[in-house]
Amino acid sequence: MIKGIVAPLPLANVDTDVIMPKRFLITITREGLADGTFADLRFDNAEQRRPEFVLNKPPWNQATILVVGDNFGCGSSREHAVWGMRQLGINACIGTSFAGIFYDNARKNGLALPVVSPEVRDVLLQLASKTSGAEISIDLGSRTIAAGDYTEPFEMDDATRTSLIRGRDDTLDSLEHAGAIRDFEAGLDDKMRISVIT
Amino acid sequence: MSRTLYDKLVDAHKVCDLPDGDMLIYVDFHIMNEYTSPQAFSGLETRLLDVWRPEAHLAVVDHVNATRSSEPHDAASKLLIDNLQANCTKHGIAFYGLGDPRQGIEHIVVPEQGLVVPGMLIACGDSHTTTYGAYGALGFGIGTSEVEHVLATQTLRYKRMKTMRVTIDGDTAAGVTAKDIIMKVVQVVGAGGANGFAVEFAGSAIRDLDMAGRMTVCNMAVELGARAALIAADDITESALKGHPHSGQFTFNGESWDSDPEAVFDEEFSISGTDIEPLITWGTSPDHSVPITSNVPVAADYVSPKAKAALERSLQYMGLTEGQSAQSIKIDTAFIGSCTNSRIEDLREAAKILEGRQVATGVEAIVVPGSAMTRIKAEAEGLRAIFEAAGFEWRPEAGCSMCLAMNDDIAMDGERVASSTNRNFEGRQGRGARTHLMSPAMVAAAAVAGHLADVRDFK
Ligand code: SF4
Repeated sequence: MIKGIVAPLPLANVDTDVIMPKRFLITITREGLADGTFADLRFDNAEQRRPEFVLNKPPWNQATILVVGDNFGCGSSREHAVWGMRQLGINACIGTSFAGIFYDNARKNGLALPVVSPEVRDVLLQLASKTSGAEISIDLGSRTIAAGDYTEPFEMDDATRTSLIRGRDDTLDSLEHAGAIRDFEAGLDDKMRISVIT
Repeated sequence: MSRTLYDKLVDAHKVCDLPDGDMLIYVDFHIMNEYTSPQAFSGLETRLLDVWRPEAHLAVVDHVNATRSSEPHDAASKLLIDNLQANCTKHGIAFYGLGDPRQGIEHIVVPEQGLVVPGMLIACGDSHTTTYGAYGALGFGIGTSEVEHVLATQTLRYKRMKTMRVTIDGDTAAGVTAKDIIMKVVQVVGAGGANGFAVEFAGSAIRDLDMAGRMTVCNMAVELGARAALIAADDITESALKGHPHSGQFTFNGESWDSDPEAVFDEEFSISGTDIEPLITWGTSPDHSVPITSNVPVAADYVSPKAKAALERSLQYMGLTEGQSAQSIKIDTAFIGSCTNSRIEDLREAAKILEGRQVATGVEAIVVPGSAMTRIKAEAEGLRAIFEAAGFEWRPEAGCSMCLAMNDDIAMDGERVASSTNRNFEGRQGRGARTHLMSPAMVAAAAVAGHLADVRDFK
C-alpha cells in the first residue's frame, strides 16, 4: 500500500528533460539527483525556489504522490528521471498515459504508475488541489485508489505489479533462465549472430 | 494464422515465457552511449556479473562530445567518455570513440557499419532506437537498468505491445520530404497517441522512400509515443545491406519480414500523401505543427479551456502571437544535424537549396554531419564547400550537438532555432531556447531567408 499527500501536476507531455534536465546527467552514479528533479520548475535561474510552483509550497511540499497530465515521461530514455523522482521522495504518479520507456524504468525503481481514465484523473486533480492536503492510498494488490469514500480501480499489468510488490532484481531473476537463453542461442541462425568489429 | 511484422519479430526472438506475464526476448545486437550506460556497468560490478556476449555490443561516444574538436570540452564530459572506454576495454566490447573514423551518432553509425539487417532485434539506451524499424528490424529504446540486463543476459523482459498501422498512400508533392511525412503522422496521431503501440508504416508514400527517408520516419515515431516502428523489408532494403564493413557477417535470403496480407492491427490510421505539405512546428510539442503556408493557431480554434491554456503557455514560451503567419517567424540560428536528419542524403538536400545563395545577415548557421564517415563523404562530394560558401559553419566532429545541447552547443535563452532535429520541448536546445522543427532543406531555406520559409520558393 502506497499512502501519502498528493500534489497536482496537470501539464500534458511532461518530458524527461523537464523531470531531469540534461545538465544533471553528466554523472556516472545514480546518486545526488534529488535537486535535479523538476529543477527548472522548482528553481529559478538564480537557484532560488519558485514560490509559485506546487511542490514548493505546503501542503504539497510533503507530497509523495503526483497526479500528472497525459503522456507523462515522454522524450528520452534517461532513467535518471526516475532515480531523481525517487530520491525526491515520490512513490507514485497517477496519470492517463505514460511513455513506454519511462513506464519500464519506473517499475525497475519502485515508482508506481497507476493508469486511470481522464475522468478519474480529473477528479483526483481536484482532490489534489485542496490546500488542506489530501491524502490518498494506492493498493497495488487490489489495483484501487482510495481517498476517503472515493475509490476507483486503476490499470497496471501483472508483471509490473508483481515487480513493484516484490521489489525484485530482474537481472538476477532472469539469469535463472540461463539454460533457456543458451538453448535459444544454440538455435540462432548464423545470419543473426553478430560480432562487432572492435 | 496471419501475423503482423511486429508479431513475427517478437515470436522469432522469444526465449521463454515468464510466470508473471512477461517473456524473455533475445537481443541480437545492443548499442550503448556514454551517458545512459555508466550505472549499468557499475550494476554489473556490484553483482559480480560478466557480460554475456561481449561481441554483440557496440559503444559509441555521441551525446556529450564537442563537435568543434575531438577533445572533450570539459572535465565532466571527459569523465563520461573515459569511463565508457574503460568499461568497454574491461569487458571486451567494441568502442568507437573520439577520433575513431567510425565514430558518430549511434543511429547513423549502425546502418553505416552494416550492423542492422531485417529480422534482427536491437536495443539501445536511447529512445530513437526505433530508427532500425526502417530495415524491418525491431529496435527499441531501454533504460539503464535494462542496459545492465542486456549486458548480463543478452535478453530483456518484454511485454508484447499493441499494434498500429499508419498507411500513407498517394504521391507526395515536390518539396515534401520524409520529415514532413512523419511530422504529419505525429500531428494526426498526436504526441503520445501511440503510447503502448508498435507502429508499422505502410502505403505507397512509404515504399517510395529511400532508406534514409525510411529511417527519418521510424526515428521520429517515438515522438508519437511508439516504442517500436516498422517498415516491411523490400528490394530497397535488401540493396542497402551491401558494401558496409559488417556486411559479410549476415546473409539475408529475402525472407519475408513483412505483415501477412490478412494480418489485423489493433488500430489503423490512413493519411493521404497528396495532402501533406512542408511542415514546421510552432510550439513545444512535436505535434504542434502547421504547414509553412499557414498560421500559428489561435485560441478560438480550441474548445476546451485546458487546450486554450496549453496553447497560451506554448505561445508564451515560443514568443509568438496567435494567428501569426509561419513565414513571419524570424530565426537566430539554423541547425542541421541529429539522428533524424544528418545523413548524406539530408546534407545533399540542404546543399541544393544553399548552392549559390547566402545565409541571411544575423543568422548563425551550423551543420554537424551525423558521423565521421558522413562528413568525409560529404567533403569528397563538395558539399562542405557549398555549405561554407553559403555561410554555414561546418563542424569537423560528429555528434548529437545542438539536438539536445548536452555538449557546448547550447542555444541561449530566447534564441530561436530552425532545426532539423526531432524534439521541440521547452529547454531542449538550451534553457529558454525556442525550437522549430522542419526538414533539413527547410532549415536551409530559413537560414537564407532569415525567417521560416517555404522550400518550394527556392527553385
Ligand atoms: S541526435 Fe538527438 S535524438 Fe538522436 S540520439 Fe542524439 S540526442 Fe538523441
